[in-house]
Amino acid sequence: MMNNNLRGSVAIVGVGQAGIGEAHGRTDMEIMVEAAQKAVSDAGLSMRDIDGIATASVGASMWALPTVEYLGIRPKFIDSTMLGGCSFVSHMLPAMMALNAGLCDNVLVCYGANARTSPTMTFAQQESRRAQFDPHPYETPYQSNIVTSYALAAARHMHQYGTTRRDLAEVAVAARKWAQLNPEAFMRDPLTIEEVLAARLIADPLSLRDCCMVSDGAGAYVLTRADRAKHLKQKPVYVLGNASAVWHRQISSMPDLTVTAAQESGERAFAMAGMQPSDIDVVELYDAFTINTILFLEDLGFCKKGEGGAFVANGGIAPGGRLPVNTNGGGLSCVHPGMYGMFITIEAVRQLRGEGGARQVAGAETAVVHGNGGLLSAQATAILGTEAAL
Amino acid sequence: MTNATIFEGDGPEKVYHELLKQGKFRIQRCGACGGHIFFPRVICTLCGSADLAWIAPSGRGTVYSTTVLRRKPESGGNLNLVLVDLEEGPRMMSRVEGISAEEVKIGMAVEASIIEDKGAPLVVFHPAGEAK
Ligand SMILES: [Zn+2]
Repeated sequence: MMNNNLRGSVAIVGVGQAGIGEAHGRTDMEIMVEAAQKAVSDAGLSMRDIDGIATASVGASMWALPTVEYLGIRPKFIDSTMLGGCSFVSHMLPAMMALNAGLCDNVLVCYGANARTSPTMTFAQQESRRAQFDPHPYETPYQSNIVTSYALAAARHMHQYGTTRRDLAEVAVAARKWAQLNPEAFMRDPLTIEEVLAARLIADPLSLRDCCMVSDGAGAYVLTRADRAKHLKQKPVYVLGNASAVWHRQISSMPDLTVTAAQESGERAFAMAGMQPSDIDVVELYDAFTINTILFLEDLGFCKKGEGGAFVANGGIAPGGRLPVNTNGGGLSCVHPGMYGMFITIEAVRQLRGEGGARQVAGAETAVVHGNGGLLSAQATAILGTEAAL
Repeated sequence: MTNATIFEGDGPEKVYHELLKQGKFRIQRCGACGGHIFFPRVICTLCGSADLAWIAPSGRGTVYSTTVLRRKPESGGNLNLVLVDLEEGPRMMSRVEGISAEEVKIGMAVEASIIEDKGAPLVVFHPAGEAK
C-alpha cells in the first residue's frame, strides 16, 4: 500500500522558534526568517540547501512569494495551502510526496505573525475583510464570530454528554501547569479552576480563560528524506503518518457539533503509521478553546465519544496525569500568533528529542500532533516517532 | 451537451435574498433525492444533482445549540445565537427572539419569522406557540 511507502520515509531534522510572546519592533517576516534560520542551522544545513518551501499567512494571500524573495532561495517545491491553523501540520504530506518523488531534498515549513504587538488589522478590519474575501453569508447577519462558533460546539457537547464548565476549566488549568514548566511560555502565572469559572464570559459557556491568548511568534521546521536525515546533526523525528480532512467552513454546516473531522484525519494518520492511540507517549493538540482539547481527545480515540470531560477531570492531562497533553502550555498559555499548528509540531519534536527540560515526558518515543483550522472546519493529524518507533 | 447551463437566471444566493425581501423564507428541495438543503446552492450536497426547487418550509424547528454573545450595553448588549434544525432536516444559524438570550435552551421548539435587521430581511425564531 502507498501509505506504507510513506510511513517513516521523511523526518523532521531541524526546528526553530523566534519572537515568542512579544516581538516589539520586528516584523512578522523578520521573526519568521529568524525561526527559519534557527531550524536550518539546527539541522546542520544552510539556507542554500533548502529547495522546497511550505508556508501560509492569515493576511497575505501570496505569502510564499515574499517568503521566497526574503530568504533568497529558488525552491523546486512550493506549497502555500491555507487550511487555517492546521496548515503547517497539513503541509507534511505534500512535502513527503515531493521528497519521495525526488523533486527536492530539504523542505522548510515556516510561519510567523506579530498578532499581539503589531496586528495587521484591527478586529473590525478583520471582520470587514472576512465579509469581503471569506464570506459567511448565512452567519454574518447574526453577528457570529470565532468564539460564538466554538461556544455552540461546547454548549452542544455539554448538553449531549453532561460535560461541565469545570471539565473545560480543567483543560485551561492543565495547560497553565505545563506552561509553568516551560520558560518560553508567555502565560505562567498560577491559574485555578475557580479563576477560570469566575472569568468574564465571552460567549456562553466559554469564559476568557477558555479562549487561547493572542501572542507574537514564529516557528519553522525542516523535512528531509529518512536516508539523508541519518547523516544530519540532530536525532531524526520520523513522520509515521499524516492526513488532513475538511468537512465544512461555517459552523452551521458542521454535521454534528460534537464530532470533528479529526475523527477522519486521525483514523487515516494512525492507519498510515500502523499504530493506535495506546501506542502514543505524548499528545500535542490545537487548543484554540478548551472544548477543542476534549473534542480531539475523543475524535482521535484517546477516549470514547462523550467521555472527554471525565478524561481531563482531576488533572487527567496536567503534569503527572494519565496522558501528557499540550506539554508546552498550548495555545491557551504558551503561544498563539493566529495559527498555532506550527508550534505543536515543534513541541512534539522537542519532546521526541528529549529536549523538554522540566516538562520532558520521560522516554517519549511517539507523539500525536493534531491541528485545527477555521471553525472546527479543517483537521490535520500527524504521528511522529523516534528511530525506536520505526 | 456538457456545456449546457445547469441552472437558469440568477444564482440561488440572490434568489434567496430576493424572496426574503418579498416576505418569503424558502429552502431548496432536491428533485433527484428528495432531500432538503440549506444554505441555498447550485447543487444538492446530499446527491450532487442540480435539480433543486424552492419550497416553503413549515417554519418549525428545534434549537440544536445556543450561545449568548456577551457584550457591554454600549456595544449592543448580550445577543443570542442559535443553530436551529428545521423540520425538513437542514440546520441554519439564527437567533431566538421574544425571550432573554439566556433563556434559550437546546431542544426548544421554535418558529421562524422574517424581521428587518439593519435594513435587510432576516430569518429569526420565536418560541413555538408564542405571539410574534
Ligand atoms: Zn439530492
